[in-house]
Amino acid sequence: MFRATLKSLLARKLRLLLSGLAVVLGVMFVSGAFVLTDTLGRSFDAVFSDAFSDVDVNVAGKPKVALSEVEGEQVAAPVPASVVDRVKAVPGVADVQGVVNTDGARLIGSNGKVVTSFGPPQLGENWLGESDLVKLREGRAPQADDEIVVNVALAEAAKVKVGDRVGVLTLAPKKEFTLVGVFGYSGGRDSVGGVNEVAFTTPVAQQLMLGKPGVFSNVTAQAAGGTTPEALRDQVARSLGADYEVKTGKQLADDASAGLKEGLSFFNKILLGFAAVALLVGTFLILNTFSIIVAQRTRELALMRAIGASGRQVIGSVVLEAVAVGLIASVLGLAAGIGVGALLAYLFGKLAGGLTLAGLGVPPAAVIGAFAVGTVITVVAALLPALRASRIPPIAAMQDVATPDRPLTKVTVGGSVVTAIGAGLLFLGLGGHAGDNTLATILGGVLFAFIGVALLTPLISRPVVALLGTIFAWSVPGKLGRLNSGRNPRRTAITAAALMVGIALVTGVTVILDSAKGSISALAEDTIKAELVISGAQAGPRPPSFDPAVLEKAAAIPGVRLVDGEYGDMATLNGERTWVAASSDVAALEKIFGAKATAGDISRLNPDQMLLSSDTAKSRNLAVGSTVNVQLSRGEARTYTVSGIYESSQLTNPVVLPPQAATDFAIPQPIQGFVQLAPGTSVAAVQPQVERLLADSPEVSVADRAAFIKQQTSQLDTPLRMIQILLALAIVIAVLGIINTLALSVLERTRELGLLRAIGLRRAQTMRMITVEAVVISIFGALLGVVVGTGLGAAVVRALKDEGITDLVLPWGQMVTFLVLAAIIGVVAAVLPAIRAARINVLGAIAHD
Amino acid sequence: MIVTATVGQQAQAAARASDVWKVYGSGEAQVIALRGVSAEFERGRFTAIMGPSGSGKSTLMHCLAGLDSVTRGTVMIGDTTVTGLGDAGLTKLRRDKVGFIFQQFNLLPTLTAQENILLPLSIAGRKPDPAWYDTVIDTVGLRERLGHRPAQLSGGQQQRVACARALVARPEVIFADEPTGNLDSRSGAEVLNFLRNSVREHGQTIVMVTHDPTAAAYADRVVFLADGEIVSELIEPTADTVLDTMKKLDAPAEVGN
Repeated sequence: MFRATLKSLLARKLRLLLSGLAVVLGVMFVSGAFVLTDTLGRSFDAVFSDAFSDVDVNVAGKPKVALSEVEGEQVAAPVPASVVDRVKAVPGVADVQGVVNTDGARLIGSNGKVVTSFGPPQLGENWLGESDLVKLREGRAPQADDEIVVNVALAEAAKVKVGDRVGVLTLAPKKEFTLVGVFGYSGGRDSVGGVNEVAFTTPVAQQLMLGKPGVFSNVTAQAAGGTTPEALRDQVARSLGADYEVKTGKQLADDASAGLKEGLSFFNKILLGFAAVALLVGTFLILNTFSIIVAQRTRELALMRAIGASGRQVIGSVVLEAVAVGLIASVLGLAAGIGVGALLAYLFGKLAGGLTLAGLGVPPAAVIGAFAVGTVITVVAALLPALRASRIPPIAAMQDVATPDRPLTKVTVGGSVVTAIGAGLLFLGLGGHAGDNTLATILGGVLFAFIGVALLTPLISRPVVALLGTIFAWSVPGKLGRLNSGRNPRRTAITAAALMVGIALVTGVTVILDSAKGSISALAEDTIKAELVISGAQAGPRPPSFDPAVLEKAAAIPGVRLVDGEYGDMATLNGERTWVAASSDVAALEKIFGAKATAGDISRLNPDQMLLSSDTAKSRNLAVGSTVNVQLSRGEARTYTVSGIYESSQLTNPVVLPPQAATDFAIPQPIQGFVQLAPGTSVAAVQPQVERLLADSPEVSVADRAAFIKQQTSQLDTPLRMIQILLALAIVIAVLGIINTLALSVLERTRELGLLRAIGLRRAQTMRMITVEAVVISIFGALLGVVVGTGLGAAVVRALKDEGITDLVLPWGQMVTFLVLAAIIGVVAAVLPAIRAARINVLGAIAHD
Repeated sequence: MIVTATVGQQAQAAARASDVWKVYGSGEAQVIALRGVSAEFERGRFTAIMGPSGSGKSTLMHCLAGLDSVTRGTVMIGDTTVTGLGDAGLTKLRRDKVGFIFQQFNLLPTLTAQENILLPLSIAGRKPDPAWYDTVIDTVGLRERLGHRPAQLSGGQQQRVACARALVARPEVIFADEPTGNLDSRSGAEVLNFLRNSVREHGQTIVMVTHDPTAAAYADRVVFLADGEIVSELIEPTADTVLDTMKKLDAPAEVGN
C-alpha cells in the first residue's frame, strides 16, 4: 500500500505541487513573521543595550497620566535640578548628569517642511558632550542659546549643513538656531534605530522641551568601581523616595526594546492574519484537488479494495499523500519564509534610517509553526476526500463507473447549519454580547459564515451558473463551456468559494470604510459651520500643531467672525483616564459645532469651570455644579466645577476645559483651527491671509471645509489600500485553484475534447470553450464574494451605528471592478489549460480510456 | 444525360488512398502499419474494411479521415487532398466533409440527444435542413428520445444518436470505427440496417472498419487487409463468403508457420 501511494504521488507531482503552493504561501507568512520578529527584536536589543551602555542608574519622574502604547505617548514628570545633587550625595556614585531628552523636536528642512519620522521619536535634548557612543563628526558643541547640533541622518534628511540657520518646532512655536555641528555614533552610524536628535544647550532644552527652567527629564548616574548598578539603583531609590522611578541602564534598555517589540508584534499579527487567509483559501484548494484525485483514481482504489485492501488502508493511502504534500510544502514555505523575513527585516532597517541588523534568526517557533501549520492544514483538507475514497465499493473496479450526481441535501443542510452558527456568532460579536471575546467571536463568525456559504455554494451554483452562462450562450463553444461549468456543482462551487473568500474580505472592508467615510463627511458637512480649517496630516504618534498666536491674528482679519483653536490631551478625571479638549473660544462649541446645551450654560467658561458632554456626565454620574479633580499631562492636579452640559455628538469632545488649561497639555499648542466667516465674505480672499499667518507653522495648512473633510476621510484610504493589496494574495491563490480545476477537467474530458475536435471544433473554439468555463466559475466566485462581503460589511456597519457610522455606503464601482477583475482572472487562469486542450491529439484522445 | 451524369458522379471516388505508407518508430522498433495501400471508396456505397487485428485496418481509416498523418502517399476526400493539410485545414475538412461514428459512441454527456445530433452543424455555424433532419430522426427512430441525455439512453440508442449526428451534416463520407463493437447483436443489427438504408435510400457514402463478418455482410463491398496491404476484395458479400475469405487469409499464414 505504501509503495502504491508513493507511486501515485510521484505520478501526480505537478498537480499536487500546484495545490501545495497555497500551503507554501501560508507557511511562508507564518515563518516569515517569526523570522522578522526575531531578527528585528535582537537588532533592537543590540541597539538599546548600546545606547544605554554608559548609564548605570537612571532616575525619572513618574508620569502624571499613565498611558498605554495605543493611547499615546505619556509625559514623565520633570525631575528638579536639585535631584542631581541628591543623587551625587549617594555613596558609590562616581558621576551624575542631568539629562533633557524627550520626543517632539521637529527640525524644519531647507524646503520649509518638517522632517518627519514614521515611528521613531524625534528627540530634543541637552548636549552632554561626546561619549563612547556619541561623536561629533563636524563643527563644534552648542555654546550659545541659539546654537544646536543634530545627528548626521537628520541633517541629511533636512538637507542642512553646519553654519545654516534652521528652524525647530518644540513645545514653543518655531524658533531659529544656528547649526554649529553634526554628530554620529560609534561604529560610523548616522542614527541609532532611526531616531533623530536635536541637541540644545541645557537651559534652552529645559525651556523648549520641558516647558520650564531648572528641570530635567531624567538624571543618570555612573557607579564608582566596586559598586554594581543594581546595588546603586537600590541605594538611589532609597535616598530619593517613592516619587521617582529608578532603574539600571540594562532595565532601561530592556524597557525601550520591549516597547518597540510591542510595535513589532503588530507587524507579526498582520503577517499571521494573511497567513490565516492564505491557509483558509489553500484549504479549499487542497480539498478540491484531493477530491478530484480520488474521483480519478476511483477504479484504481476500487481495484485495491477488490484485491483485499481495507477501507482504513485506502484512507491511510490518501492521508499519506496529504502528509507528503504538507511536508514538502512546509519545507518550501519555511525556506521562502526565511527569505521573506530577511527581506522585510532589511527593508525595515533601511526605512528606520539604518538600523544595524543582528544576524538572521530562525527561531524554533518558525520551524515548528511552519511544519505544524503546513502538515495539519493539508491533512485536514484531505480528510473528507479520503473518507469518500474509503467508501468506493470494490465493484467499481469492474464497471465503467458512471459517477451519478450525488444529492446535495446533506451538504445543503450542513451548510445551512454552519451558516446559521456563523450568523449567530456575528450577531453576538457585533451586538456587543460577547464581552471580552468580541473580536474572537466576530472572527469565528466570519470563518463559519465562509465555510457555511461554501457548503451552500453547490446548491446556489446551478441556477446562478446557468444564468451567468446564458451571457455566453450565443456561440457553440460558449454554450459548451457553460454546460461544463455546471457539470460538477461541487467542484465548481469549491473553486468559486476559494475566490469568494478573498473578494468577500475586500468587499466587506471596503463597505465598512466607505460607510465610515460617508458618515463622517455627511456629519461634518451638516454640522461644521466653519469655512476654513487649519490642520495637518499626522505622521507618527504626535499630531501636528501650530502657533497659538495665529488664532488671534486670524481673528483680526476683516470678514472673520469667529476663530477657534482646539487643544487635546489625555487626562485623568477623578482618577479615570479620558480625552479632554480645550477651545480657545468656547463659543465655537455652539456656533461652529452646533452643540446644544442640556444643562447649564455652554457659551462661556471661567478658568475654574468645565463643560461635559451628556454621555460623559451620565457615565461619570456628574451634573452641573459637581466638582471634578483633573490631572493633565503636566502640572499639578486642579479642581474644576461643571458649569454646563451639552448633547453628545460625533463632533463634540467628551470634556471641554478652559483655554488656560492647555498650557499643561502634553502638546500645549492647538492641533486644529476653525475659522468662521461673516456672511458674504469671500473664502478665497481670506484663505491666503490665513495661509501667510501659518508660514512659521509648517506642520499645518489651511483648507476650505470640503478639502478638510476630504483630507480627514482620506486617512482611511491608506489602511484600505494595504488591506486590498494583501488580500490580493488570497485572490492569487484562488486563481491557482481555478487553473488546477480546469487543468483537471481538461484531463478528465480528453476523450470528449477529442470528439469535439473530430467533428470539427477549431483550436480557437476549443480554447474559447475552456475560457468560458473559467470565466463563469470566477465570476460566480466574485459574485458570491461581493454578496457575502456586502452582507458582512453591512452587518458591521449596522453594529457600529452607535459609534457614528450611520450611513451604509455600498461601493458599487468597486463591486463592478471586482466582477470585471474576475472575468480577467478567469481568462488568465484558462490560458494554460486551454492551450493544453487545444493541443490534444484527436486520435489519441478518442482512444483515451 | 441525367443518368450519365449520375453514373459519372457515382464513379468518382468519395475517398481515395494512393500508395499510402504508414511507418511508426524507427530502427529496431520500426513498425510498418500500411505498405503502399491504394484504394478507392466510391460515392454512394457502403464499404467495409476487414482484416485480422494488427492488419492496419484502423490505421487506414484514420489516415483516410485525416485523423492521422501518412508517411508517404496521398489521401483525398472528394476533390480535397488531405495529405499536407494543417490543423485548420483538417478541422475544416472534418467539419464539412467527414462524419464519424465511434465504437465508444462518444456523445457529450452535458447535451441532450438532439443537441448532440446538431452539434457538428452548430460548430460549423450551419442550420440543419429541416426535411433532412426529420428524415434522419425518423430513420434512427429517436423522435421520442430527443430530450434525453446520453446517460438516460441505452447503448443502442446512444449509437443511433451518434449515427444521426454523422448523417445530419450530409458529409462526403462517414467513417465508422467498429460501430457495433460495444452493442448486443440486436442493437447492432438495427444500427447496421439503417447505415445500409442511408446508403441505399439517400446515397450516403460510408466506410466502416469491422472484424465482425456479420457486420461486414451489410456492406456493398468488403476490402480485406493483412499486414498493411490490401489482399482481397468482395462485392455484394454475405456473412459466409466473408468468413471464407477471412479463413483463407489466415490459412497461408498458418501454413507459413
